[in-house]
Parts: sequence; C-alpha cells; structure tokens
Amino acid sequence: MSEIPLTHILFLSTVLFFIGIYGLFTRRNMITMLMSIELMLNSVNINFVAFNKYLYPEKIDGIFFSIFVITIAAAEAAVAIAIIINLYRSHHSIDVEDATEMKY
Amino acid sequence: MSPSAIIFYIISAFILGTGILAVTTRKIFRASIWLLFSLIGIAALYFWMQLEFLAAVQIIVYVGGIVVLIIFSIFLTIKSGEEMPKPILTRSIFAALAVLFGTGFVVRIISLYAFKPISTTTFNLSVNQIGTQMLDTKNYGYLLPFELISILLLAAMIGCIVIAIKSNEKDATTFQNSIQ
Repeated sequence: MSEIPLTHILFLSTVLFFIGIYGLFTRRNMITMLMSIELMLNSVNINFVAFNKYLYPEKIDGIFFSIFVITIAAAEAAVAIAIIINLYRSHHSIDVEDATEMKY
Repeated sequence: MSPSAIIFYIISAFILGTGILAVTTRKIFRASIWLLFSLIGIAALYFWMQLEFLAAVQIIVYVGGIVVLIIFSIFLTIKSGEEMPKPILTRSIFAALAVLFGTGFVVRIISLYAFKPISTTTFNLSVNQIGTQMLDTKNYGYLLPFELISILLLAAMIGCIVIAIKSNEKDATTFQNSIQ
C-alpha cells in the first residue's frame, strides 16, 4: 500500500478522465456519451479518495464527497435516460446530429 | 516489487483497458458491458485502498443501478446488435490529439508537484465514523448536504416521470408535423 506513491493513482485517474473526454468527443450517440460522462465522474471519485487517504488520513471528507458524487451521478443518469427516451419517441433516433431544430 | 504494488498495476491496467474498449467499440451493447467491467475495476481499486464501504456503494449504485439502467435504455431505443457508424476520421484524429496533449500536460504537472502528507497517522475508516459524521449538525457534520441530496433525488424522480410520461397522440402528431 505505502510503496505506491500518490502520483501513480493520480496518473490513473488522469488517463481515465481523458479516456472519457475522448469518448465524449468522438461518439455521437447519446447513450455512449452518457457512458463517457460516467467514466469521467468515476475518475474524479478516485482523486477524492486518494487525496483523502494519502494527504489527510485523519479526516474522512473525501469519502463524503465521493458518496455525494455517486448519488448525483445516479440522479443525473436517470434524468438523462428519461430525456433520451423522450427524444427517441419524437425523432426515432438518439443521434445528437439528428436533433437540430434548435441549432443556430 | 511487492504483491500489493503488482495488484495495483493489474487493477489499473484492467480499468484503463476496459475503459478504452468502452469508448471505442462500435457495438453499443458491448460498450455498456465494457463500462460495467471498468466500474467493477474501480470498485476493486477501492477495495485495494481498504475502503470497503465505498467499494460496496460503488458496486450497488453503479454496477447494480446505472449500468442496468443504461442497458434498459439501449433495449428501449436502438437495435443492440447492429454496429454504430464509424466516427469521422478528422474528428477522431483531433480528439486523440487533444486527449494526448491534455494527458501529457496534466501528467507533467502532477509529476513535478511533490505531495507531502500533513500528518503521519494511518488511515482507518469505519462505517460507524461515516454514519456519525454524516448525520452530525456540528463538528463539520454533513447533515445539510445529506438533506439537500434527498430533496434532489426526489426532484429527479418526479422530473423523470414528467419527462418520460407518454403524452396523448394528438400532441405527438402536431409535434411531428411541426418539426418536419
């Protein structure tokens, strides 16, 4: 446990965050974009937990932030999926390029 | 290298590999399954850090809740067997360049900064401690955020029902005509 420095865990979360960014940039399907956002939120959670455990071991505030982020991610996923299902009903497609009425 | 370090690197490779597959595979159902494995890997990382409570929360909420919700919505909206169209080449090249640059930038900043722990006490977390501080009104307790989150969850639930409820046929057809 102790021989892994904090920076290695931060490298892991950085790479995971940018994998999520890559998915968000290249995908045009709303469900896969939602999956990329979940990956990014998870990398932030890893950061919170690692900083708490390594730098402030006598406190547990990072754990609370992770729990709140997980809760908000659950609420956000539920609302996003309701929006996706509604979009599919009106457009018969969940590709973001097909919903262009409000563009420009 | 000790067994603990080897386990950490195996877990990291697992998380990153399945994460990359989740954002690059072209079958959407497979993408959701790779996302599931990536989230299980993150739960394993929490177990490795000896945060059993957070690992359990991660498995229950993400693996048991969000991924199942995503798979449901895949079955409700698109044909899961067919492949998605390839992303435009220039877009993926520029996205990869931006991602590589950003990763290099942040990794360099992190490696230049020396993180020094403030105290040297060992970290041990009990669920008892979490519960006590979560519902405490003083001593930096988290009662107010807890209540706010509960209101947010209620609002999200009502909002989902309102958004996804089936409107009657007349409204739907007028909307269809208006967008065509």
